[in-house]
Amino acid sequence: MPPAININNQDDLPGDFAIWIFIFAEMLAFGVLFVAYAFSRAQDVELFNASQLTLSRISGAINTLVLITSSYFVVQGVAAIKRGLNKQCAHWLTGAFILGGVFVVIKMVEFHAKFAADITMSTNNFYMFYLSLTFFHFMHVLMGMVILAMIIMKAKRGGYSTQDYVGVETGASFWHMVDFLWIILFPLVYIIR
Amino acid sequence: MKYKSQAVAKLYFIAAIGLFLGQILFGLIMGLQYVVGDFLFPVIPFNVARMVHTNLLIVWLLFGFMGASYYLIPEESETELYSPKLAIITFWIFLVAGAVTVLGYLLVPYASLAKWTGNDLLNTMGREFLEQPLPTKVGIVIVALSWLFNIVMTVLKGRKTAISIVLSLGMLGLAVFFLFSFYNPVNLVKDKFYWWWVVHLWVEGVWELILGAMLAFVLIKVTGVDREVVEKWLYVIITMTLVTGIIGTGHHYFWIGAPAYWQWWGSVFSALEPIPFLMMTIFAFNMVNKRRREHPNKAAVLWALGTSVMAFLGAGLWGFLHTLAPINYYTHGTQLTAAHGHLAFFGAYALVVLTMISYAMPILRGRAANPERAQIMEMWSFWLMTISMFFIALFLTGAGIVQVWLQRMSPTPMSFMAVQDQISIFYWAREGAGLVFLIGLLLYIGSFFVKGESRAFE
Repeated sequence: MPPAININNQDDLPGDFAIWIFIFAEMLAFGVLFVAYAFSRAQDVELFNASQLTLSRISGAINTLVLITSSYFVVQGVAAIKRGLNKQCAHWLTGAFILGGVFVVIKMVEFHAKFAADITMSTNNFYMFYLSLTFFHFMHVLMGMVILAMIIMKAKRGGYSTQDYVGVETGASFWHMVDFLWIILFPLVYIIR
Repeated sequence: MKYKSQAVAKLYFIAAIGLFLGQILFGLIMGLQYVVGDFLFPVIPFNVARMVHTNLLIVWLLFGFMGASYYLIPEESETELYSPKLAIITFWIFLVAGAVTVLGYLLVPYASLAKWTGNDLLNTMGREFLEQPLPTKVGIVIVALSWLFNIVMTVLKGRKTAISIVLSLGMLGLAVFFLFSFYNPVNLVKDKFYWWWVVHLWVEGVWELILGAMLAFVLIKVTGVDREVVEKWLYVIITMTLVTGIIGTGHHYFWIGAPAYWQWWGSVFSALEPIPFLMMTIFAFNMVNKRRREHPNKAAVLWALGTSVMAFLGAGLWGFLHTLAPINYYTHGTQLTAAHGHLAFFGAYALVVLTMISYAMPILRGRAANPERAQIMEMWSFWLMTISMFFIALFLTGAGIVQVWLQRMSPTPMSFMAVQDQISIFYWAREGAGLVFLIGLLLYIGSFFVKGESRAFE
């Protein structure tokens, strides 16, 4: 293989190193919450199982597919920019952005149904975790969409090149984290009994 | 110094050190009252000494922050301060208002003070740390806004850097969150809930931005490391601070009547609060290791490194010690809290102000660094104050652990005052460490008067 011309060494983490510090911290925060969930569930399995049945697994499953597909689009966006194709990159990322929007809408419908049923964080421990975890994740999806939007705008102006696409990789890394967290969250809270 | 208007910082620094000395003297009085209950009674009762001790702390740190920002903002913005005159007027207003308030605490019964200062018009007094009479509170708002205005106008007309933006954000937050001190609902739960928006969101939120900006500034100056590197660290650290610190407010909501989910939210997020402090330590040592120059002001480098370590220990580690709800259930409001409070305030905020003074004061006095002998004395004062404060924290931690056991966990729990008698040995030890701290502080003040050959600018 000829020596790579671009500044991104293959051995390095993709994107800006600072984003990996965030990703690590985010994973730690969610990790602690997941452990706390497991710990509290063990104290009252019946309550957790009963409350879990009231969640909409269908919308959770659709959202899982939506996020995984969006991550695929992001991968294609990064591949495009590595070939210096700003336009294609922007198109793929716009696809991911729209899917992020779909996730947000489905999640809001779900939240609405719970609030309409008078379920709050004080209802019981299961709902406290369900609402907290999915709300924190929801905020990350919104944050990820803001980041994607900024990258899309820069790409549309032709702001990246084969030499300089660290920004795209940085945003992509964050988006994959958002996706990854959901892939753990969905089975943990919606399915595993 | 590069800009003439930076000179206003000197006034603020001198006032800060003077009030710092006052704070420590009242700390010693109060420390003795823990074991000799009627010491100085009825002239200075314990509650008054405590009020003066904590209020002076806040005020001298604010003087320090203001002085530091008047020093560093012109240099960061590469332009003169927007209005040095306003900075000087603000200084005198703040100093006089502060002095009158402390005299009011000392000379007038608190209830009369409340009556005379219009507390019945807008009831804001009588709450820990927010004891100031209404006119003083209004004065603080005016002073904070004048400071913010002066700094922001300077930033706007000059170069914008990450440091000046972070510092301005911190100051904006400081001004905004202080407004909650005017909100005093009758409902005690709500009162406490929003009281923490001033207290917690200051020290575990916006003040940390000011701390980060000041530390980053000094590190750039003394190490000569690239600005981009320092700025990236600064952004990562303050983001982590806000992400963990804002929801971390929940660790104060465990037992005050707020919804139960705060026990989870508060525990989880505040358990992560040490991370930005740990990052700050790694950052400071990294920068000093990668230094591109040997700055003649060795003392300033020591203060800066000391800040990063002691902030991590005091705020990070000692905070984590009792931040999880199941542990806090037993430790809430014991001497463990006092241990954390002392080491965190000293480690994070007192030290960062002293770092800034140590770096800037020689330059304000027309030299790159103080004479060797003065610096050695300053470094002695660093070690004396830091080690004695660490011991104060250790003794109070010991007191707290015994207190929790005797009063709350033992099969035959004792009453509060009976327990206080049992732990008096810790209080005596703490008072001893406090005296060593005072010696350190006097040495520090003395170091400003040491004469000798000093390094000129390169």
